Amino acid sequence: MPTGVLNVTIDRDGGAERFEVPAYDNQTVLDVVSWVQQHADPTLSYRFACRVGMCGSCAMMVNDVPRWTCRTHVSKVTDGADIHIGPLRNLPVIKDLAVDMDPFFDKWIAAEGVHHGALTRDDPIARVDAVSVGRVEANAGIECINCSVCYAACDTVTGNADYLGPAALQRAWTLLNDAKDEARQDILDAVSGSGGCHNCHSMGSCTAYCPNDLDPMSAIAGLKRETAKNFFRRGR
Amino acid sequence: MKAPARAHPLWIAYIVHRLSGVALAAFLPLHFWVLAMAVSEPGRLDGFLAMTEATAVKFAEFGLVFLLAVHMFGGLRLLALEWLPWRPAQKSLAAGAAALSFLIAGAFFLQAV
Amino acid sequence: MLGLKLYMAQRITALLMGPFVLGHIAVMIYAIQGGLSAAEILGRTQGSILWFLFYGLFVVAVSIHGAIGLRVIAHEWGKVTGSALDVLMWGMGLAFFALGARAVWAVTFAGVGG
Repeated sequence: MPTGVLNVTIDRDGGAERFEVPAYDNQTVLDVVSWVQQHADPTLSYRFACRVGMCGSCAMMVNDVPRWTCRTHVSKVTDGADIHIGPLRNLPVIKDLAVDMDPFFDKWIAAEGVHHGALTRDDPIARVDAVSVGRVEANAGIECINCSVCYAACDTVTGNADYLGPAALQRAWTLLNDAKDEARQDILDAVSGSGGCHNCHSMGSCTAYCPNDLDPMSAIAGLKRETAKNFFRRGR
Repeated sequence: MKAPARAHPLWIAYIVHRLSGVALAAFLPLHFWVLAMAVSEPGRLDGFLAMTEATAVKFAEFGLVFLLAVHMFGGLRLLALEWLPWRPAQKSLAAGAAALSFLIAGAFFLQAV
Repeated sequence: MLGLKLYMAQRITALLMGPFVLGHIAVMIYAIQGGLSAAEILGRTQGSILWFLFYGLFVVAVSIHGAIGLRVIAHEWGKVTGSALDVLMWGMGLAFFALGARAVWAVTFAGVGG
């Protein structure tokens, strides 16, 4: 049974639109958006898949904060009945609440966020020490689901179009600490360019808003430390 | 879409560092220009220095020393974050940087009045 | 916009300025007791190679540090890009250095032996 009415404002291509959505005790922001699409305006475009916080496709701005909407309770974002939903910040809008994630993933690749292996399927499986310092550092960042919440939260991304952003740099940091990754110098070079880790101002919005409680700011600090060491050692 | 909520300590530390840096960069040319009068126009420099006796100017000086101190301690906090593996205490360090800057600017102010 | 080299230049000058800033604040707190005058400033600094080196290096460091900082802000908030950004950074850095060097010279060796 509905417990009241939510006043929902959605930023769309034609401007902000208001909808009255029945409120329930147990309701996520994604439920609200889905209700609008199913009962009020079937032309509303948005993106979701798993609904359980694994796929990273449903992130939106909710009352000016980037959130994974499938795991965000309405009660978490408003004390009253007003909810303002918009497309994720810092990315081009395709339509309504769906943004183009290409820049986000292109930067992931530009930061060398890909596996650089040396072994083939014929080699024995490499043993990894689960409690080594590097593995512990890598483990801290590998649960990233590429939802782009950190990228939307970051003011440095807003001001500096070339900046690779927190998610891509955190992935570079996990690979740098991965015993099975063979491209240490390539990664250090990739994060030392004009859009690299040195543009970060440690404002910490990435860490503050990561829905998985990861800490990209500290991962980026790790990259700064390693590139600085490398600079003193190699002079570049 | 508006910018996301920024009311968290490290974002405030970032904006304090940036704005204090801009303010210091704006003040610096004036500071150099006035000091350069020491030999060529000592009378004019003394004129400027006499202004520092006014209470309003003393408050402005307090502000300048505070800006310098808060920019330095905020910067040392950043260097510690980036180059030393001291991560969890960042918020306390940010608060400490502000408190220490206030103390130093306060000491200056007490000497000045 | 900010690669490793500019980052290192900014951080190294920052580290260098730590002691300079503390020294400068200490001198200020000491010097303002009993009021400031041109003669009093010159009495302390004129002809001193130590003050010349202290404030001379301070000026070099602050010129580099400030110019790189303003480059970042000009790009992020002012949307300045490309070679305009380099021109701005070098212009700011050289202006800081020229004004600063003139001031340091004035309070140390400008009036000496002349």
